Amino acid sequence: MSTILELRQVYKRFGRTEIINGVDLAVGRNERHAVIGPNGAGKSTLFNLISGRFPITSGQILLDGQDISNTTPNAINRRGLSRSFQITNIFPKLSVFENVRCALLWSMGYRYSFWHRVGSLGQVQAHAQDIVERIGLARRRDRMAGVLSYAEQRALEIGVTIAGGAEVILLDEPTAGMSHSETAEAVDLIRSVSQGKTLIMVEHDMGVVFGLADRISVLVYGKVLATGTPAEIRANPAVQEAYLGAMAE
Amino acid sequence: MEFFAISMLNGLSYGLLLFLLSSGLTLIFSMMGVLNFAHASFYMLGAYFAYQLTGYLGFWPALVIAPLAVGVLGALTERWGLRTVHKYGHVAELLFTFGLFYLIEEVVHLIWGRAPVDYRVPAVLDFSAFTIFSTSYPAYRVFMMAVSVGMLLSLYLLLTRTRIGLIIQASLSHPHMVEALGHNVPRVFMLVFGGGCALAGLAGVIGGNAFVTEPGMAAAVGTIVFVVVVFGGMGSLAGAFIASLFFGAVQTFSVALDYSLLNLLDVFGVSVERTSGWYDVLSLSIAQMAPVLPYLLMVLMLVVRPTGLMGTRET
Amino acid sequence: MRDLTAKVEVPSLETASLPRTRFALGRQLALWSVVAAVLLVLPLLFEQSFALSMLSQMGIAVIFALSYNMLLGQTGMLSFGHAVYFGLGSFVCAHVLNAIGAGALGLPVTLLPLVGGLAGLGFGIVFGYVTTKRSGTPFAMISLGIAEMVAASALMFPAFFGGEGGIVTDRVVGDPVLGVSFGPQIEVYYLIAGWCLLCMIAMYALTQTPLGRMANAVRDNPERVRFIGYDPTRVRYRMFCLASFFAGIAGGLATINYEIVTAETLGLMASGNVLFMAFVGGIGHFFGPVIGAVLVSYLQSALSTYTQAWLLYFGLFFVIMILFAPGGIASLFAVHAAPLRHGLLSRLIPGYLLCGAMLAVMLLGFIALVEMLYHFEQGAALGREFNLFGFHVDVTLLKPWLVAGAVFAVGLAAFLFTLPVVKRAWAAVHVELQARDA
Repeated sequence: MSTILELRQVYKRFGRTEIINGVDLAVGRNERHAVIGPNGAGKSTLFNLISGRFPITSGQILLDGQDISNTTPNAINRRGLSRSFQITNIFPKLSVFENVRCALLWSMGYRYSFWHRVGSLGQVQAHAQDIVERIGLARRRDRMAGVLSYAEQRALEIGVTIAGGAEVILLDEPTAGMSHSETAEAVDLIRSVSQGKTLIMVEHDMGVVFGLADRISVLVYGKVLATGTPAEIRANPAVQEAYLGAMAE
Repeated sequence: MEFFAISMLNGLSYGLLLFLLSSGLTLIFSMMGVLNFAHASFYMLGAYFAYQLTGYLGFWPALVIAPLAVGVLGALTERWGLRTVHKYGHVAELLFTFGLFYLIEEVVHLIWGRAPVDYRVPAVLDFSAFTIFSTSYPAYRVFMMAVSVGMLLSLYLLLTRTRIGLIIQASLSHPHMVEALGHNVPRVFMLVFGGGCALAGLAGVIGGNAFVTEPGMAAAVGTIVFVVVVFGGMGSLAGAFIASLFFGAVQTFSVALDYSLLNLLDVFGVSVERTSGWYDVLSLSIAQMAPVLPYLLMVLMLVVRPTGLMGTRET
Repeated sequence: MRDLTAKVEVPSLETASLPRTRFALGRQLALWSVVAAVLLVLPLLFEQSFALSMLSQMGIAVIFALSYNMLLGQTGMLSFGHAVYFGLGSFVCAHVLNAIGAGALGLPVTLLPLVGGLAGLGFGIVFGYVTTKRSGTPFAMISLGIAEMVAASALMFPAFFGGEGGIVTDRVVGDPVLGVSFGPQIEVYYLIAGWCLLCMIAMYALTQTPLGRMANAVRDNPERVRFIGYDPTRVRYRMFCLASFFAGIAGGLATINYEIVTAETLGLMASGNVLFMAFVGGIGHFFGPVIGAVLVSYLQSALSTYTQAWLLYFGLFFVIMILFAPGGIASLFAVHAAPLRHGLLSRLIPGYLLCGAMLAVMLLGFIALVEMLYHFEQGAALGREFNLFGFHVDVTLLKPWLVAGAVFAVGLAAFLFTLPVVKRAWAAVHVELQARDA
C-alpha cells in the first residue's frame, strides 16, 4: 500500500503552548483512517495544519510525495486534498445546487472565467446534479442552504467537500450533534463518497469509527500514541489507559 | 528652529485632538465590530452644541454639558438604530452610520445654516501663554492639550482600575463569555458607544473654536480620523495613538514645507526642463501635496503591512 | 463553547426567498427584447426636452448603479469610492474627445464610452490591487481613502482635471456619420440607451459565469472559498476591475451627455450617491439598482427644484430604509410575489391602505415642520412667509407650528395604532402560504 499523506515530526505552537507535539503519521492510498483522542488532544488543529488553515511551526507534510507544509489552503485543495468543517461552513445564501456547483468549478478547469455560462456547461451541471443526488438533497436542490435542517446542512457540507473530486478527504466530526438515525444515514453517505478515495476523519462516535475505519490513530496531548487496525487499537493497553481513562472522566 | 518648535506644538495639540476622536472610534470598533462612519458628525455636534450653550450659559458649563449631551445622543443612536440593524450584519451597520453622517450634516444645515458660526475661544483663555524665540504661543492651545491629556488619562484609569472598565476590556475579547457571566453586554455596548461619542463631542467643544465650526467640519476631520485608524491598525488603541500624533505632525508640517522633488533632484545635480512632461509632477511642493499626503501614506502603509501599523485583525 | 447543533444562521440583507437563477435562454431573450423596446419607445412618450435629458441621465445612472452592485450586492464589498472610476473614465474621455475634435485622433464618438471603460479598468487594476487586499470594513475605509486621495489630487493637476472649472468638451466632432452628429439630445439618448442595454446584458451575463457565481460565494463565506480551490482576494480583485470597467463606460457616456467634467464627478458625494441608488433599489436582486437609479435620478431633479431640504429627506429615507427594509425596493416587490401567485394579495391591501393613509398624514405634518424650520432659520434668504400645500404660512406666528406639530403627532400615533392591522394580515397570509406549501 503506497502512502498518500505523510506527516513528519509536525509541531504547532500557539504562543508558548504546544498543541501538536511532533506528530508522525502515514496514511495509505484508498485507506479510511480515523483520528481519535480526548478533547483538546489537537485533532482539529491537526486538520487545520494539513489543510493549510494554520501554518505549521516545524516539520513537514507531504501529499503524494510533494511538500505542502505552509502553502495556502487553495493551493493544497488544488492538489487534491479537501476538507469539511466541524462547525457547518457552507454558503448560506446560495442554493444547495449552487453550493455544490461552486465547489467543483475549479477542479473542472473554469477557474476565474467570465466567458463561460455555467448553466450551459453540461458536464458541470450533470456532475453537480449527481452529487446533490448522492448526498440525498435532490428534493432540496433549489432551496437556500441557510434554511436547511441541521442534518441536511451537514450532508451539504460533505457534498461541498467531495464535489471537487479530491483524492484525499478530511472530515471533521461529520456526525457531531446528530441523532441515531441521522448518524446511520451519515455513515452510509460517508461510506459511499469515500469509495476509491482516501478518507481521514476526526470522530467522537466510537460506533462510527470502528464501523468505518481501516486504521485508527490515537492522538493524545498532540502526539500519536498508537496507530493500527481497529482490533489492534482495541487491544492496545496504552490506548485503553490513556484514552479510555481520559474519556471516563 | 522656531518654526520647528511651533509646528511641533501645534502638531501635538492637533494629534491629541485626533486621538480623542480615534480612541473612541477604536473602542467602539473593537468592541462592537462597527466602524462608526458618523463619528466625526458627533464631533461636529459637540462644537455646535457648545456654540449654542456658550451663548446661554458661557463656555465652562458648555465644556461639560455639550459632550454629555452628545454622549446621550450617541447612546440613543446605539439603542434605537444600531441595535435594530445589527441582525443584518456589519455592512448594514456601516451603511446605517453612513446614512447618519449625511443626515446629521443636513440637520445642522437646517438648524444652524450653511455658513460657519461664530464660536470663539473664551476671553479668559485668549492670551499668549509663552513666547518661543519671537513667536507667542496661544494659551488656548495649551488648554486644549491639557484637556485632551486629562481626559485620556481618566479614560485609561477607567479602563484599567474600575469594574466597568474591566468588563469593557473583557467584552473586547470575549463578549459571549462576559454575557454568560451575567453582565448585560447590550448595555455595555450602549455605554461604550455613548462614551465614544461623548469623547468625540468633547473634541468638538475644544476643537470647534480653535479651528472653525461649519457643516463641512465632520467630513474634513472624519476622513483623517479614518486614515488614522486604518494606518494605526483597526482595533488597536496603541496604533491609534501613534498614528494620531504622527498625522497631527504630518498635517501641520506639510502645509508649511515648500520643497519639491525638483529640489531633491537639484541636490543630486539633476535639473529638469520646464517643458518636460514630468515638470508638473516634480515641481509639486510638499505644501501643495498636503491634502493628499495622509491618503498616500495610508496606501503605502497598506502595501507594506495590510493590517496597519499595529493591527492584528483581518476584517 | 459554541453550540454544535446550531444551524448556520442566514445573515441576510434580503428575504429567505431565492431569486430564480435559472432563466431559460429563451426567456432571457424575451426579457431583453422588452427592455430594448421600452428604451426605444420612452422618448416618444415624453417629448419635452426636460424629459429627454432626464432619461439620458437615468440611462447613465443605471449602468453606474449596476456596476456598483457588482461590488456590494454580488461580492459583498462596500465601496465608498466607486465614483473614482466613473470620474476618471469621464476625464479621459473628455481629453480623447477634445483630441478627436482637434483632429489628432480618429475615433467614432459612438465608441468613446469604450475608451472610458478601458480607463476605468486601468485605474481599477492599479487602485484595486491595494483596495482588495482587505475585505469587510477595512476595504470600505481604504476605498474611502483612495477616493479622497484622487479627489484631493484633482486640484493638484489642473492640466488633467481642469481645476475648478473642469474640462469642457464638444461632442459634435467631424462630419455626421449616417446622418448622426450627436448634436441633438435625442441622438445622445439613443447612444446612451444602446450602451445601457449592452452593459445591462453584459453585467447580467457576468452573474451567470464561474467568476460571477464565485463572487457570490466570496460574499457569503470567503473562508470556505479558500478550501474549494479559490483565492477570495483574486475573486474580489477581478470583480473590482470589471466593476471599474463598467463605471468607466458610464463615465464616458456622461462626458458625451454633459460635455463638461468637473472634479465633483469623482468626489465622495458622487460615490455616496451611487451607493444610495443601489441600496434603495435593492442590492440583493440584479434589477434592484435599476429601480434605484431611475427613482433616485428622478427624485433628485424633481425634489431639488421644490425644496432646499431634499438632501435631508433623502438622508432620512435612506436611514429608514436600512432600519426597516434593508433589501430595498426590489425586496418589497419580492415579498409580495408569493401572496400574488396564490391570490392572497387582496387580504393585505385593506391594511396597506389604512396604514398608508395614516403615514401620509404623518409625512404631511413632518414635511410642514421641516419646511417651516428652513424658512424660519433662513428667513433672510427664503422669506418668512411662504406657500405650503396651498396654505399661506407665516413662520413667525405660533399657530402654523402648532397645526403642523399636531398633524404630525396625530399621524404618527394613528400610524403606530394601525400598524398591527398590517402585521395581522401578514401573519394570516403566512399561515395560509405554509398550509398550501405543505
